[in-house]
Amino acid sequence: MNARRGDTATARGGEVFAAVILIVAMASISFAQQIGNPTTQQGVLPPRGTFVIRNAHIVTVSGADMDNGSILIRDGKIEAVGPSVNAPAGAHQIEGRGLSVYPGMIDLGTSMGLVEVPQGANGTVDTSEVGELNPNAKAYVAINPHSAHIAVTRVDGVTNALSSPTGGLISGQSALINLLGTSPREMAVVPYAALVINYPRIGGGGGGFGGFFQQQAGNLSDTLAANERQLEQIRKMLRDAEAYGRARDAYKADPKLPRPDANVVLESLVPYVRGERPVIFRADREAEIRGALKFAEEMKLKPIILGGDDAFKVASLLKEKNVPVILTGIFSLPNAEDDFYDQLYESPSKLQQAGVRFAISTGDSGPEVRNLGLYAGMASAFGLSKADALKSVTLYPAQILNVADRLGSIEPGKTANLVVTDGDLLEIRTHIRYLFIDGRQVPLTSRHTELNEAFKDRK
Amino acid sequence: MKRLTAQLLLFSFLIAFPVSFARAQRTLAQPNETLIKNATVLTITHGTLSNTDVLMRNGKIAAVGKNLNASGNARVIDGTGKYVMPGIIDCHSHSMLDTINEGTLAVTSMVRTRDVMNPEDVDLYRELAGGVTTLNLLHGSANPIGGLNTVVKIKYGRPASEFLFPGAMPGIKFALGENVKRSSTPNQPGVQRRYPNTRMGVEETIRDAFTRARDYKTTWDEYRAKVAKGEKNLIPPRRDLQLEPLVEILEGKRYVHAHCYRADEILMLISLADEFGFKIKTFQHVLEGYKVAKEIAAHGAGASIFADSWAYKIEAYDAIPYTAAILTRAGVVVSMNSDSDERARRLNIEAAKAMHYGDLTEEQALKLVTINPAIQLGIQDRVGSIEVGKDADLAIWNGHPFSVYSRVDTTFIDGEVFFDRQADLARRADLAKERTTLEQAEPNKPPAAGQSPQRPRGRRPSHVDDDIWEGDQP
Repeated sequence: MNARRGDTATARGGEVFAAVILIVAMASISFAQQIGNPTTQQGVLPPRGTFVIRNAHIVTVSGADMDNGSILIRDGKIEAVGPSVNAPAGAHQIEGRGLSVYPGMIDLGTSMGLVEVPQGANGTVDTSEVGELNPNAKAYVAINPHSAHIAVTRVDGVTNALSSPTGGLISGQSALINLLGTSPREMAVVPYAALVINYPRIGGGGGGFGGFFQQQAGNLSDTLAANERQLEQIRKMLRDAEAYGRARDAYKADPKLPRPDANVVLESLVPYVRGERPVIFRADREAEIRGALKFAEEMKLKPIILGGDDAFKVASLLKEKNVPVILTGIFSLPNAEDDFYDQLYESPSKLQQAGVRFAISTGDSGPEVRNLGLYAGMASAFGLSKADALKSVTLYPAQILNVADRLGSIEPGKTANLVVTDGDLLEIRTHIRYLFIDGRQVPLTSRHTELNEAFKDRK
Repeated sequence: MKRLTAQLLLFSFLIAFPVSFARAQRTLAQPNETLIKNATVLTITHGTLSNTDVLMRNGKIAAVGKNLNASGNARVIDGTGKYVMPGIIDCHSHSMLDTINEGTLAVTSMVRTRDVMNPEDVDLYRELAGGVTTLNLLHGSANPIGGLNTVVKIKYGRPASEFLFPGAMPGIKFALGENVKRSSTPNQPGVQRRYPNTRMGVEETIRDAFTRARDYKTTWDEYRAKVAKGEKNLIPPRRDLQLEPLVEILEGKRYVHAHCYRADEILMLISLADEFGFKIKTFQHVLEGYKVAKEIAAHGAGASIFADSWAYKIEAYDAIPYTAAILTRAGVVVSMNSDSDERARRLNIEAAKAMHYGDLTEEQALKLVTINPAIQLGIQDRVGSIEVGKDADLAIWNGHPFSVYSRVDTTFIDGEVFFDRQADLARRADLAKERTTLEQAEPNKPPAAGQSPQRPRGRRPSHVDDDIWEGDQP
């Protein structure tokens, strides 16, 4: 550094000024850390431990409830469940008298971690990529493990979420995550769990604001023609991907063949066009659901319907094709003016009666996911049994995503994602007492509990 | 003689009934007396009473107690296993309004929500099915000073004029923060931006309006004083419909319901109101209110909030579901509101959330959707609790309203049934048949490919400047 010319006093003043700036900056950072940076967002992953919960009411979901049961958690798993378990030395003991234990709830219809604040903080929105065909847009690489939504959601008993991209025709690939982890890798259960396709819309109404954004209900045959053009785009890409997969495999088997150029877009589609992983179709109207089923059959995909407002009208077809439905419309206003007032509250019950596989979801990007239990409870107020309502947010979503070997019920060998409560998990007056994800005891703190602590005694 | 009187009453009900039926289910003749027997009654103000009867007569709660008697032609409902709760009052609603924002000016105190009420909004019926009986219809949040509110009873099936809540205090909507600032940017290119665009300008807009209102009031007060003294040949000052509601606020005759989020803007409005000598009746949303609970309590404002909505926009990022508890414990009158036709259907659960977050008691939580919003709207003498003499606005639930498994059986307003689940279910088969018949009618069949759907024959001429309707046109 060149020696400064000019008088020494000014140079010294410059140094002092810089020091003051530095001190003020550091003070403001630490001040911000007192209020704005709750520890739940810091890089602390609780360790896996050995826990015994004793004398609790255990709601296994897969079998009968157990009054006065015990659970042994070790190495991230439920090791034993029964009237009593052998507690290893050094196990943390949790007295469960008067408490109930449930499997953690699973919401299959979110964009958890992909969006923090949609309005006014666009930099935090990573749900929808440019263009119509984005099979290689993967939620897994964009989920923010430190999103405030994650802790806020898990402290109310939702331990897992399927986080999906949105927008376009092929939105991208969803990730199934544990709602705990300091990095995406720590959170991942199935990083590339499903492909998401927005089936072209038919008719108006619906949507998150219950018809507020009315679509122009134009001529039906024009709409169908436009939709067919969009489907043809998808069809063409899927066929290209299928051909690409064959060419790639042929080259691998015989390197003397011409090497196909790698193509990240088509590469990402290969497992889906081969039926190895499911394809989620967002579809609500009857015509959309029928169209999605027909398209999936034609293209030999493994479909799951997401949305499903009208699914109960197509129940027999869904049953025949054995296609499950993730229902997101429980807390939506019925779409048509002459729909019965409880039409959407009652639709899970109708699907259950028709033998259609389904799960209940909030359908929310993040902030509302903690209320998942209430959606199931409302379905039970309108016909679904309480037991089935609980299954629709635990075992059924696990089965739909083919992870029921790990999640969705309290059975030995499954991941220890457990919620301990002082009452019925689906009731809002119930409190959560303990939370385990991946056999780690999770503190019941979040951005909200910490802001509450900071301000509740302000004088 | 008693039988003749009863028959005359029945007859007069029948002929007084409107001939044109709206879509709502309708009982042909409503008895003027209803007895609910042996229910659990959530009185709100006098605790929870088990195995108790509620007698409604002539639109009022006539008696609450055990083993009540009713007259011979009373409708009797077996309330065994049921819960009776006052009709839920939603303090922030935009239901039945054909439009909610006159967003072209920053001060629109001259416009009224009353002028755009559409009584045929089907979501009103869906709210009745959630046990809601009263709504505070507010102007939107585009303007620092918005339009005048309307408090209504959800008398779905009646003309709009019958919805008006008798004797409700007049009110007005204010708004601070992001929605106001976002409204500064017009949709069309070439149109000038609207002031204000910052929280600085929001304050100045309100300050300026009240400064003008204060001068306007002085001018009129001086004029009236001269008239009272008997001076002659006076010219009255020019009326200003925009400023008159603000003068009413200064005189304590109109309630201010102020939409706000950030703690600093809440303090700004309190300071401004104190300076001009008026009170804010309620802060609406007020999601950062928990940060300034003591100031809100000291000012005497109520708070009408969301139970747990947060993070949908940046000023809601610090919102927490403990706000109801924090503000209640600070002595603020708190209500839970919906600001949504969808959420309005489940305000019972929204209130219960205050027991989950923040551990309010059941008694405190029940008040959040009953007597508290009634106080905030100035209608607590008529509704908000089950007490003799109050309006018979209540709902029968098939379980405790705070249980997610509960449903509304029947909703009464002024002792009349406006929602009944059994009646609703009974009509469904007929409605399904009617729908099939309509779908098969020729004009409703889907058009052949390439054709536009046949437009229904117009009943008005289509030119815009037509202000005389000359009847059906070919």
